[in-house]
Amino acid sequence: MIKIKNLKASIEDKAILKGINLEIPKGEIHVIMGRNGSGKSTLANVIAGNETYEVDGGSIAMNGNDITEMSIENRALQGLFLCFQYPVAIPGVSMAYFLRAALNAKNKHDGEEEMDAVKFLATAKKILSELGLDDSFLKRSINDGFSGGEKKKSEILQLLMLNPQLAVLDETDSGLDVDALRTVAKGVNEFKNDNNSVLIITHYQRLLEYIKPDVVHIMIDGKIVKSGDMTLVHEVEKNGYSWLVK
Amino acid sequence: MIDKNQQIIDSTLDQEYKYGFTTDIETTTFEPGLDEGVITKLSKLKKEPQWLLDWRLKAYESWKKMEEPTWAQVDYTPVDYQALSYYSAPKYKQNDSLDDVDPDIIETYNKLGISLNEQKRLEGVAVDAVFDSVSVATTFKKELAKHGVIFCSFSEAVIDHPELVKKYLGSVIPSTDNYFAALNSAVFSDGSFVYIPKNVRCPMELSTYFRINAANTGQFERTLIIADEGSHVSYLEGCTAPMRDENQLHAACVELVAHKDATIKYSTIQNWYAGDKEGKGGIYNFVTKRGICTGDRAKISWTQVETGSAVTWKYPSVIMQGDHSVGEFYSVAVTKNKQQADTGTKMIHIGKNTKSTIISKGISAGEGQNTYRGGVKILKNADNARNFSQCDSILIGNKCGAHTFPYIDVKNPTAKMEHEATTSSIGEDQLFYCNQRGINLDDAVSMIVNGFCKEVFAELPMEFAVEAKQLIEVTLENSVG
Ligand SMILES: Nc1ncnc2c1ncn2[C@@H]1O[C@H](COP(=O)(O)OP(=O)(O)O)[C@@H](O)[C@H]1O
Ligand SMILES: [Mg+2]
Repeated sequence: MIKIKNLKASIEDKAILKGINLEIPKGEIHVIMGRNGSGKSTLANVIAGNETYEVDGGSIAMNGNDITEMSIENRALQGLFLCFQYPVAIPGVSMAYFLRAALNAKNKHDGEEEMDAVKFLATAKKILSELGLDDSFLKRSINDGFSGGEKKKSEILQLLMLNPQLAVLDETDSGLDVDALRTVAKGVNEFKNDNNSVLIITHYQRLLEYIKPDVVHIMIDGKIVKSGDMTLVHEVEKNGYSWLVK
Repeated sequence: MIDKNQQIIDSTLDQEYKYGFTTDIETTTFEPGLDEGVITKLSKLKKEPQWLLDWRLKAYESWKKMEEPTWAQVDYTPVDYQALSYYSAPKYKQNDSLDDVDPDIIETYNKLGISLNEQKRLEGVAVDAVFDSVSVATTFKKELAKHGVIFCSFSEAVIDHPELVKKYLGSVIPSTDNYFAALNSAVFSDGSFVYIPKNVRCPMELSTYFRINAANTGQFERTLIIADEGSHVSYLEGCTAPMRDENQLHAACVELVAHKDATIKYSTIQNWYAGDKEGKGGIYNFVTKRGICTGDRAKISWTQVETGSAVTWKYPSVIMQGDHSVGEFYSVAVTKNKQQADTGTKMIHIGKNTKSTIISKGISAGEGQNTYRGGVKILKNADNARNFSQCDSILIGNKCGAHTFPYIDVKNPTAKMEHEATTSSIGEDQLFYCNQRGINLDDAVSMIVNGFCKEVFAELPMEFAVEAKQLIEVTLENSVG
């Protein structure tokens, strides 16, 4: 699905990613854990094509196509989706309008018909109820005055509506109470199937009680220092990250 | 990203103005120049009564003594008033029937998307078409007359309804009000006239479509709308002009009178030629618009979408004389390239329990400069007056500017005033968010801007809200990258 080779990136001449190697095959869930400031969000942003970051070397390929130079929206249209750690508000633009614009762009790219309003509403309402959100959520300005939980749920709503091939979840678990965390996890599990992949970025293990990853990576100072299975999560929980620093 | 944005902002500047064509047509045009003789000639040509000529000449006398205002945040080459022609009209047989309108003019309006053929018109919208200095056609007059509604050109009103014109002309904007209003009072050539009788709800939208065609000609139209007690009218004006290298002057006056329990809703979609990317050419849009709520519970609501003109100087205002009367101002002003807009409103509270709302949205792109200038005045006897003002600006790129000048003058301690102002940029983070969902830059910008303007667009009549949205989209296409 995605293959990242020796990826280096910097911001304002400060090197953040120092040679990331990561491959997520179709149908797998991977987790990247690491302390605050280790470069996890930077990786998510660079994968998505955020031009605030400078790519200094290496490559990113999706389904065998090099996307390192591709525009943000084309990566999205190829099936890449980023659940933002801090989704930004767009006052006056309703959730429904935004979602339809995104869906239309995707359908157009895929050479499919636009989803009609009736089907759109039916699909959206079903997901909303699963996320414990009221239908009126669609009328609200996107992320404008949303609570922390609503913001994360809005990201999951979009994930489920757009149904991408690769979802990168940046700290989707942070700031959620247990109920919301469970709801969000349920959404991610619902999304997941054998044909898509998920990259979960977190510095807690809370979410991993509900979502079972195939591979766990530990990131320290812009590098993946160790990869393994769930036992790695428990080791980090017990011993912290220090023992991993060489 | 910033550099790329700038590049694309710069490429916006190459946007074509869709309405920039000229119509080749035989005209009667005055020689350039302005003096009593020209005014007398104009008045005679229009077969005006003596009192109106006297009114014009008096306005001209005061105009000569006045100075062109310089307080606005705009910078332009001064107008040479003697180099302008004050009258230009197509030569055609003056008649009541549309069949007699020059086909070239009908075609011009068709190209602008305005059909003067009643059958083809948008259902429920009557149009007065003003071409340079004269009204060339008014549709649905007969239909409206059945309800007692008078909708005709100003010139016709002077001949057919002199008592109404005499009573109300200058009653809201005195001929000596300001430099441009005085000039307009002296030389106005045509415009629209509306009278809605007592307790009549005007059965259709009324609209005037202003077209400047001739070169070196000023357009000075005058609109007068009177809504008698308990009546209701919604009126819309649209404006376009050809692309020319010289600046052209448009100095209009609009007077609204809403009597007891009457409502006037006045919407403008202003899309005069804005000049080229170097700021060459374009319309100087120096307009005085004012309404008065004479009676209790009267309401006047101005909605404007200003996307055109090289320079805009315009402050639609409301005088709330009646108790419980209401004034509203909803505005979207867009400036790009080298456009400059200094616009806003004045809300004057005289009656008790009067209430005003101001929502202003300024959008600046390219090197555009956008100024909001708004005054709220609460007079001594205006007990429990309320005002809510919200002035938001959005910047696209880093070469443009937004300025806000609120003036507040409260003479009654019971007044309640609320003022909010924000300035923001279209954030890279907002664009990134939209792009990440597969939405391209143009669509993202228009979505963000439309969201920003939502409260104002909501005030426009349905058909025109769509037009306004599209206009903003076209105007801002390629403005970020
Ligand atoms: N926009 C930015 N400007 C300057 N420094 C940044 C920016 N974004 C991230 N950084 C720096 O990059 C490093 C990694 O940050 P980030 O990727 O957000 O880490 P994480 O998500 O793992 O907490 C930090 O030192 C942070 O200060
Ligand atoms: Mg982070």
